[in-house]
Amino acid sequence: MTTSINDPLQAAKSWQDDGLAVAIATVVETWGSSPRPAGSQLAVNEKAEFEGSVSGGCIEGAVVTEALDVMESGVPKLMEFGVSDAMAWEVGLACGGTVRVFVEKLER
Amino acid sequence: MKRDLLDRLDTLRAEGQAVVLATRIADGTQGLIHDGRVVAGDLPVSETLLAAAESALRRDKSGPAEDGLFVQVFNPPLRMILIGAVHISQNLAPMAAMAGYAVTIIDPRGAWASQSRFPDIDVVQDWPEEVMTRLAPDRRTAAVALTHDPKLDDPALVVALQSDAFYVGALGSKKTAAARAIRLRESGVEPDAIDRIDGPIGLDIGAVSPAEIAIAILGKVTLTLRGPKGH
Repeated sequence: MTTSINDPLQAAKSWQDDGLAVAIATVVETWGSSPRPAGSQLAVNEKAEFEGSVSGGCIEGAVVTEALDVMESGVPKLMEFGVSDAMAWEVGLACGGTVRVFVEKLER
Repeated sequence: MKRDLLDRLDTLRAEGQAVVLATRIADGTQGLIHDGRVVAGDLPVSETLLAAAESALRRDKSGPAEDGLFVQVFNPPLRMILIGAVHISQNLAPMAAMAGYAVTIIDPRGAWASQSRFPDIDVVQDWPEEVMTRLAPDRRTAAVALTHDPKLDDPALVVALQSDAFYVGALGSKKTAAARAIRLRESGVEPDAIDRIDGPIGLDIGAVSPAEIAIAILGKVTLTLRGPKGH
């Protein structure tokens, strides 16, 4: 058997092999109810295509946007989403949880 | 993340090895830990971190570690061993693969165990007892007997019940399950071990078709693995 389908790290490698810039987002910490546990990953390429997930779909849009910046700058970034966050009302977790997402560039 | 580190991680995962990726959140410096030592990356690794990595692997849980580090667990996939290359297996195998299991199907009957009936699934045409023994189920393995044929199911169940397999299930009605229990008892299996068998198999969701029965089985396997959330 191969590894499970929709593997974000496989997608990241194959995009980079195709010459695309790639960033990887990882859930590093969660509080309260959150849809995806720590370790869940989302790979993003410079065309804003993505594979995997870091939530049930609530924050992926914001993470993809940040990932595009991280691809440019090469500087990793820690993002936090939750109801206590001012931004949360726009891009927050409807389930009431809080997550921290680490976004890094895949270097060559 | 550096590409050479990702490649190393990938190679180890493909070999079915347990690996931990440690990341310093402040600057993204990383280290790859395997077999109690660092095998790639620039992160200076302390004894404390090695212990945290080991504990995370054991608990199969990624999370924050001290000094602003994050440890990510890459355990080898869960395994599911199916006895019988039957119609239910044709549905259960791809569903289980989708849920992250490395699936192996065992059936000595050539007409059933043809690879063309099971695209992308590992099919072994041999006697279940021997293959089951060779595969050595561990605490991350589920074993499911689906042939309905005692001379195929029973010997495989005996091996599975002696192992640490987290789930052992067998297809059959209450009557079939009762008859099986008597046979297993007569062949020397302890009653406690026999009680571990999930049978009639799966969650009681009124499943009728092979696909529905596969859902019932995968649901029960998941429940056994994770436990209920209680909401």
